[in-house]
Amino acid sequence: MIHDVLIGPFTEFEFMRRALAAVIALSFAGAPIGVFLMLRRMSLVGDAMAHAILPGAAVGFLLSGLNLFAMTAGGLIAGFAVAILAGVVARSTGLKEDASLATFYLASLALGVTIVSIKGTNIDLLHVLFGNILAMDDQTLLVVAFNATVTLLVLAVIYRPLVIESVDPLFLRTVSRAGGPAHLAFLALVVINLVNGFQALGTLLAVGLMILPAGIARFWSRDLTAMICIAVIAAAVSGYAGLVLSFQTRVPSGPAIILVATVFYVGSVLFGRVGGLVRQMFPGRHLEA
Amino acid sequence: MAALHLHNVTLGYDRHPAVHHLNGEVAPGALVAVIGPNGAGKSTLLRGIVGILRPLDGSIHLGGLDSRDIAYLPQSAEIDRSFPISVFDFVGTGLWRGTGLFGGIGKAARDKILRAIAAVGLSGFENRPIGTLSGGQMQRVLFARVLLQDARLIVLDEPFNAIDSKTTADLLALVKLWHGEGRTVFAALHDMEMVRNHFTETLVLARGPVAWGPTAEVLTPDNLMVAMRMCEAFDDSAAACGEDGRSQAA
Repeated sequence: MIHDVLIGPFTEFEFMRRALAAVIALSFAGAPIGVFLMLRRMSLVGDAMAHAILPGAAVGFLLSGLNLFAMTAGGLIAGFAVAILAGVVARSTGLKEDASLATFYLASLALGVTIVSIKGTNIDLLHVLFGNILAMDDQTLLVVAFNATVTLLVLAVIYRPLVIESVDPLFLRTVSRAGGPAHLAFLALVVINLVNGFQALGTLLAVGLMILPAGIARFWSRDLTAMICIAVIAAAVSGYAGLVLSFQTRVPSGPAIILVATVFYVGSVLFGRVGGLVRQMFPGRHLEA
Repeated sequence: MAALHLHNVTLGYDRHPAVHHLNGEVAPGALVAVIGPNGAGKSTLLRGIVGILRPLDGSIHLGGLDSRDIAYLPQSAEIDRSFPISVFDFVGTGLWRGTGLFGGIGKAARDKILRAIAAVGLSGFENRPIGTLSGGQMQRVLFARVLLQDARLIVLDEPFNAIDSKTTADLLALVKLWHGEGRTVFAALHDMEMVRNHFTETLVLARGPVAWGPTAEVLTPDNLMVAMRMCEAFDDSAAACGEDGRSQAA
């Protein structure tokens, strides 16, 4: 019985296996990126970027229908364009990065929705906005896995300057010129992972599998390495449980995954070891020293 | 050769000068204090020296040092103390010159980091996140990082602000140690007593230079009065500066 519910769907159906492989790949790459987004106070920037991808994906859709390759390529181009333009504007004018990004992503989102609705149906629009991980074919899965691998490799390369730039940007500027490139590379990784999540979760929820696990991790550790590990595990478990939930209840898979993650998040807010509400309310007797 | 050569340097923001037509030289191994009222341009000058602010005019020569030979201790507001990084890792970033992007932290480097942490009196704090430190402890951590940077030129921006006397004394001892090792130290300060007693050379700054020389000669009531009278606000309708910059205060 338990086997039928928890494992059966995956042994029985290939599309479930592919979906599971996809969410695990998304977790390994997206969650660490989400941790850095959160620590750099860029959570909403991630969200904004997700919308910025839309016109590119929409142009891909316009040219070749619901072809994930074309949409991915378009999304990457649009995402990079917005990320780099916003970054350049912020760095060269002193406009805060969030304000700079907000203007670009609003324009982008409006443009994207317009393009999709010119050619597509409302169902197409829904697919673009919320994704469909269960419809993933082998090629798309390979793209997702490839992007995840690239993300981990690049993250390993820029990890040190990224950490230092997050905690003490001025120091990094005095000892190295790696800060700017690391920041831009990080933004590029954000885009790659959003496009990745886009296949599975759509433009509105893509950032969910990055930010929610990061938020969960924040309540369980004060150590960066541990936070990244916790976030990856939280994302993968949410992905798996969300797929099971979606299969058994016929709820759409993307929202199911994000809702499971949300449940974990609420649990962490309540019971987390670091700053959880219950712990704050019942901290125990104060210590001697 | 001078460790630091300022030639007609004007530094500022949006074309408004915060440091105006500054000339001067710092000998290698000098222990220089920069004093002046708030808004006098002290921090701006230090930012110019370490290369994170480009001069609007004039030039700054570092006597053959490159940016890695400079250690800069900014006012601590720039640091995100909520970031989950331990004292050990944070201090360890001071080894950047040796490790760069990918270099590992081996046994020798670990020992160096531990010694630096011990030197500022924070042994036992290695694994604490920096967010849990007090202001004085954080300042000790920053000094430990400067120690590790092993720099020829050390630039300190108000390093003793809001720091208790015990911590100040400990950290001042480090500054004097660096001086003894022949490093050039350039520090923005507010405490006149400290400057008088410990710093060999002083620059009184009030946008432009008021005086620059041996502390005993420069730190006079007259010079301080001139500095205090400096107008703080930028003039929005100021005309372009035509001064050739050759003039310099005594």
